[in-house]
Amino acid sequence: MNVPDNLRYTSDHEWVLLDGDIATVGITDHAQEELTDVVFVELPENGRTCDAGDPVAVVESVKAASDIYIPVAGEIVEGNADLEADPSLVNTDPYGAGWIFKVKLNDIATVEALMDAAAYKGLIG
Amino acid sequence: MVPFAGWNMPVQYSSIIDEHTAVREDVGIFDISHMGQFFVEGEGAEAWLNSLLTNNVDKLAVGEGQYTIMLNDQGGVIDDLIIYREAVGRLFLVVNASMIEEDFAWMKKHLPEGLILRNESDCWAAMAVQGPNAAGIFKEFFPNQELPPRNGMATWIHEGAQLMVCSTGYTGEDGYEFFSSSMDGSMWFQRFIDADVKPCGLGARDSLRLEVCYPLNGSDLSPTHTPLEAGLGFFCDLNKDGGFVGCEALTEQKTDGLKRRLVALKYTGRGAPPRAHYSVHDKDGEQISELSSGVLSPSLREGIALAYLPAEHAKIGTLVDIDVRGRRFEAKVVKKPFYKRP
Repeated sequence: MNVPDNLRYTSDHEWVLLDGDIATVGITDHAQEELTDVVFVELPENGRTCDAGDPVAVVESVKAASDIYIPVAGEIVEGNADLEADPSLVNTDPYGAGWIFKVKLNDIATVEALMDAAAYKGLIG
Repeated sequence: MVPFAGWNMPVQYSSIIDEHTAVREDVGIFDISHMGQFFVEGEGAEAWLNSLLTNNVDKLAVGEGQYTIMLNDQGGVIDDLIIYREAVGRLFLVVNASMIEEDFAWMKKHLPEGLILRNESDCWAAMAVQGPNAAGIFKEFFPNQELPPRNGMATWIHEGAQLMVCSTGYTGEDGYEFFSSSMDGSMWFQRFIDADVKPCGLGARDSLRLEVCYPLNGSDLSPTHTPLEAGLGFFCDLNKDGGFVGCEALTEQKTDGLKRRLVALKYTGRGAPPRAHYSVHDKDGEQISELSSGVLSPSLREGIALAYLPAEHAKIGTLVDIDVRGRRFEAKVVKKPFYKRP
């Protein structure tokens, strides 16, 4: 299972990449494998301000719709428009082209408080 | 794995789309051991079942089967099933897993003296082998046996145990439903897997049947809807001798005209996959129904669904909107089925 060391993780199987005060969020390789066959991604609206834990996006496979919760508080600045044409990028490149949205953080420290790769590996066994 | 009618069932083994595609293009196998198997035996078994089921049992020669429906007195659906005439005075019924007890109780209540009704659901393992290459696997396994024609059944002794094979299915593909003793079930399932038949779960079973508009009892069929409303009039012989339970209600409904019909809806554009219970709205925004089934069709890559719509919205070409978490996606009433084999 691919769990890059440079990312932070949540127990809801999201990853977070910090760059300045912008965090990019997606779902982990483990999550996409569990979901399989992602066929639709509902992106959050730009400019929406969110508290940590708000459901902001939906990833749908043939079998089910899964809410994506924003792991850190902030303002949505971009959704990955490429997913509208090709939602399967979430399966094929979960840490790269399959990213879901970017958020301008209220507090950078909230990212540091998330799980590191070692802790997440422990979680998924 | 998910709980289903008291069983623990896999939604998928690998991926719904892979499994779905295997059945459309090659061959897949579904463990359907959860389904119920009843036998009715005795002189006059055919006539009695004819009085309880919508289709005409008299049309069945020995070795033939038909899709049929069991109704309550109001013409609502108790269960849909397949009945096979194994021999004169011996009939084999395959019913839905969730309905085994209710079906059995209903039949027992109507059972005349002199006929035997047996619930053998625990005795049989069942698997559906479906897809264009299903026949080839059969030939490989049983070189001396003829695969029955469409809707036919055959039974024989193989390696000392009884097998039954019925050329029926729930996918719109050629294939058969294979019954062995429950003890031998896992052995047979493994044999099919070893022959490169793809194991398929409930997810692909649902997407395959929905593409060809086969209804699912409990979702698309219910005690408050008649088979005429469900578009299953072809399987209801209203003119057969002696009628059947629910026949009067259907005849009356046919005379009065249907007020609602189960229609096939297809998205006009891209959208979030439609799913059961999403609300359906007319173009003025009024809610007119909810989806009874829905899926993003793996073969067509389009959202497809079934819903009971008021007659005035049920015409082919009518546009409606489906609400997905507050967003509306347009869908059109289309001709059934969504998918036809190329």
